[in-house]
Amino acid sequence: MHVPDGFIDAPVSVAAGAVAAAAVAVSLRGARRELDERTAPLAGLVSAFIFAVQMLNFPVAAGTSGHLLGGALAAILVGPYTGVLCVSVVLLIQGVLFADGGLTALGVNITDMAIVTVVVAYALFRALVKVLPNGRGGVTSAAFVAALVSVPAAAVAFTGIYALGGTTDVALGKVFTAMVGVHVLIGIGEAVITAATVGAVIAVRPDLVHGARDLRRPLELKEATV
Amino acid sequence: MGAGHAHRLYRHGHSPVHALPPQCKLAAVFCFVLVVVSTPRSAVWAFGLYAVLLATVAAVARVPAGFLLRRLLIEVPFVAFAVLMPFVAEGPRTEVLGLSLSVHGLWGAWNILAKGTLGVAASVLLASTTELRELLLGLQRLRLPALLVQIASFMIRYGDVITDEMRRMRVARASRGFEARGPRHWGVLAKSAGALFIRSYERGERVHLAMVSRGYAGSMPVIDDVTASRAQWSYAAVLPAAALLVCLMGWFL
Repeated sequence: MHVPDGFIDAPVSVAAGAVAAAAVAVSLRGARRELDERTAPLAGLVSAFIFAVQMLNFPVAAGTSGHLLGGALAAILVGPYTGVLCVSVVLLIQGVLFADGGLTALGVNITDMAIVTVVVAYALFRALVKVLPNGRGGVTSAAFVAALVSVPAAAVAFTGIYALGGTTDVALGKVFTAMVGVHVLIGIGEAVITAATVGAVIAVRPDLVHGARDLRRPLELKEATV
Repeated sequence: MGAGHAHRLYRHGHSPVHALPPQCKLAAVFCFVLVVVSTPRSAVWAFGLYAVLLATVAAVARVPAGFLLRRLLIEVPFVAFAVLMPFVAEGPRTEVLGLSLSVHGLWGAWNILAKGTLGVAASVLLASTTELRELLLGLQRLRLPALLVQIASFMIRYGDVITDEMRRMRVARASRGFEARGPRHWGVLAKSAGALFIRSYERGERVHLAMVSRGYAGSMPVIDDVTASRAQWSYAAVLPAAALLVCLMGWFL
């Protein structure tokens, strides 16, 4: 869903760039609070992880395959601020280095793929974790729903940006139906993979799942009779 | 580590474009693309002139045309989208080869194809004449927050390491007879992704401790600070200035 140059007109691209810059600035401050002076190496390695995991292909059927977008996963594993930063950095590098996504569309790409995905996923995840029963099942189901909703939410955000500054003459309704329809399908795959991945992490290192860190119980000493 | 420092898009060379400070090139490319995007789509000739401008830069940088064209293939998904546009767009229709196509859709497809291709070509030229470390240094000189540049540099530095780790996990799965065929096998792949996250995070912790033990206190030392002279800035400004001229002609002619 990397938007190329010329898809969104210049004024709206610049405005989206300003929104993205502001959100990244807020995230930089927030990430320092989440990770203190470990921010640079840890966020950098998590970005490298997202970059790598986007290359992990999940076969669907008949030769087609999908891959993880990683916004919801990043939000749940490392927290919203670091998540926004990591996905933004991945998009920046993909734009500057691999010409994937236009340079002027960088603001648009960061706004809908980094900010909207991460914020929606994290808000939903936190709300659900509070409601659902404690434990691994509750966390993975919350991750499932958060990822499921976050992808179409990004598509809705994109349609909004398109409504403001789209350069093509396709009716808004058609864009909306196509984008949201396709992304609901993508969202299902994203949800299954995200939930399974969060489940795998929580089974081994529950302390590394940022979104569920307050579910951790303190270590307790138990008497054992030999 | 030697292999990891030059990325795949980079072409080593000693042309005047290679020698320009990275911040000048970044600013020039960004302004160029911005100008291209704001050009009216009906000025078809203007996009031809932009292409000529880029070709001139490629010639000065001694980047072969074949190399540049192969890199443009990344754009293919959007081409598919652009091809669809004339069929779904609104407005008056026209007959082309017996197909009923939307006039606005055709213009829209042209708009995306022309601007998108020029944008990709400009980015590819930038990436093929600028080393990674230089690019990051350039971003920092352009006042991108230092922390963001640090995160990006860690991502690039360890990107190959993490990707290699993932490749080793794939080899390990394959050597145990695993073959992913459909959604039934997603569980295994997701466990790999989870393990990869834990390994990446723990590597991050180790990297941080190694840095702290070498005196890291939140910012990286800048060893080679590249400053740009006025002459270099004006040399880099030739491309966006020429593009701006073309753009203005496009609006007023």
